[in-house]
Amino acid sequence: MAQRSVNGTARGGDEATTEVLISGGGMVGLTLGIALAGAGVDVVVLEPRDPAASTDAAFDGRSSAIARGTQRLLAALGIWPGMAAAAEPILDIRVSDGRIGSAASRLFLHYGRDERAKEPDEPMGYIVENRAIRTALHARAAEMPTLRFMVPERLTNLERGTGTAPAEATLSNGQHLRARLVVAAEGRGSPLRAAAGIRMTAWDYPQSGIVCTVAHEAPHHGVAHEHFLPAGPFALLPMTDGADGGHRSSLVWTERRTLVPAMLALDDAAFGAELQRRFGDSLGALRPAGRRWSYPLSLMHAERYIDHRLALVGDAAHGIHPITGQGLNLGLRDVAALAETVVEARRLGLDPGEANVLARYQQWRRFDNTVLMITTDGLNRLFSNDLAPLRLARDVGLAAVNRLPPLKRLFMQHAMGLVGDLPRLIRGQAL
Amino acid sequence: MGESSRTRTGASVDPAEVARFAAMADDWWAPDGKFAPLHRLNPVRLRFIRDRAAAHFGRTAAAGQPLEGLRILDIGCGGGLLCEPLARLGAKITGIDAGAEASAVAQRHAEESGLSIDYRHASAEEMAATGERFDVVLAMELVEHVADPAAFIATAASLLNDGGVMILATLNRTPKAFLQAIVGAEYVLSWLPRGTHNWRKFLRPSELAAMARGGGLSVEEIVGLTYNPLTGTWRIGRDTTVNYMLRASKP
Repeated sequence: MAQRSVNGTARGGDEATTEVLISGGGMVGLTLGIALAGAGVDVVVLEPRDPAASTDAAFDGRSSAIARGTQRLLAALGIWPGMAAAAEPILDIRVSDGRIGSAASRLFLHYGRDERAKEPDEPMGYIVENRAIRTALHARAAEMPTLRFMVPERLTNLERGTGTAPAEATLSNGQHLRARLVVAAEGRGSPLRAAAGIRMTAWDYPQSGIVCTVAHEAPHHGVAHEHFLPAGPFALLPMTDGADGGHRSSLVWTERRTLVPAMLALDDAAFGAELQRRFGDSLGALRPAGRRWSYPLSLMHAERYIDHRLALVGDAAHGIHPITGQGLNLGLRDVAALAETVVEARRLGLDPGEANVLARYQQWRRFDNTVLMITTDGLNRLFSNDLAPLRLARDVGLAAVNRLPPLKRLFMQHAMGLVGDLPRLIRGQAL
Repeated sequence: MGESSRTRTGASVDPAEVARFAAMADDWWAPDGKFAPLHRLNPVRLRFIRDRAAAHFGRTAAAGQPLEGLRILDIGCGGGLLCEPLARLGAKITGIDAGAEASAVAQRHAEESGLSIDYRHASAEEMAATGERFDVVLAMELVEHVADPAAFIATAASLLNDGGVMILATLNRTPKAFLQAIVGAEYVLSWLPRGTHNWRKFLRPSELAAMARGGGLSVEEIVGLTYNPLTGTWRIGRDTTVNYMLRASKP
């Protein structure tokens, strides 16, 4: 396809110069581009994949959990209206412990209206199909005068230098581009991260996550179910009804890795029966809809998020177990913090790619992400086993949390992405 | 002393101080170098200068170039840590330093950054003799290094246009400042080379205010600067016991 260049040059800019160059125009990279352009920053986003393909259901049939803080960010950036119709609100979260073939434990944790704190009528979060998020991002990006979204396009070379001079990029079309700051939003296998010699700390788990859309007979009433089975959590998250009017939920099923290939190979009826054995009958008959995906579970964390004129965001900086549904939320919190840091520096006349400016971003985000990764790891270890004493301890623990409203609210605020030193965008404010 | 390290003369210049900074000139822009503490201090003092200068001259601080067209003089500009950002905010900036090395480093760095800044190797007294006058005069982290602060401030005040504003930043002469700025920063944390500061040359806010008034200025505001070691950031507040800034205007 022809290369699209939504054009515009900011003050002092020209075709060969930009302030921020973002490698990777997926959900995280493009949101960053929109956030920066919204504050008047001249920004170029490079995306190697064809945008038409990336919004096709066959390309990515997955859904994402959008925490409240993330929804505020998307609303503040004018992205939310383009996806609101495809977003299913989460009104209740039910956490329970169980075994295959038996009912969920009665000692379960229930999050509803009471924990929604100050705004009881606001949902705790939303489930949205990734392709709906991408479609909304593409539409918003096209409206930003200082954003050049170049697709399909990639970096073929980058010289970041060591001093005052800007980074020098070469694109696959042969164009040269100078930038004060380069951002790697390239996902887990980030080539820019590798080229910068930034090492990853990784934990591997003997589990994989199976992800797909599930059609079910009964409506979900906005309830998200997180059912802890011996092999790991089994979650059904409420989605909007399908085009055919059928009820749908998004499945995130953590299973022993050795079992996953066999599960993926089952026909729809047999796969649906496996789901039913684990989930029970509360939503009526379950059957998979569309493609099934699987991901080996691992946690990865970059030893640092920055280098000379380089910042890592999203999965390029940290890959997280899907147990908490926080992957995209964490990535967009990186976006909020980096955008605020860059815009703040620029308003003080500072070079946005300068080490002291980037150090602030790293300090802001790395601690928060570390805490979440340790928590996630702990949750997985606590729940992914069938030892009787641990089962008892976690059941008692869930029940205890359920009976302590302040603690329960704190957990909820965490899951909603509303705890910590919140960037302005996460609070729903403009940069 | 060779030609390159010659120093300018005037009541404000202390040759030993100039030589000490000359030895570190190459480090001005190294983020982890000897001037790292100044880099960390930069955002908060830039915000103060931007907001106060914009308000004083009826500008909007949030505008793209809030200082557009304002003539600013930065005395003791060093490597240009303040001059470059202020130039990007639209100011017509002149930076002077008594050390030749700093001016040379600043000039070279501005060229690499693509910024137009008027750097001169000159003392405040030499600048005053040229007859040039400015809307804003800055002397940040400087008065604790000059030989005769009262005479220096009077000279700096003479460089202001009528209706102009001066901003000074320095260290208080308190036991806490001795502990933090000298024992802590120079000896324990090694943030600053030993001997960077001489506690006896620190001025109390009341003394600095009296000097500003002696220069014909009206003192508008004195604010404290405090450091949070957990976040590595500085903030403005009421605590003036260690670092503080003073803003004064010329009628």
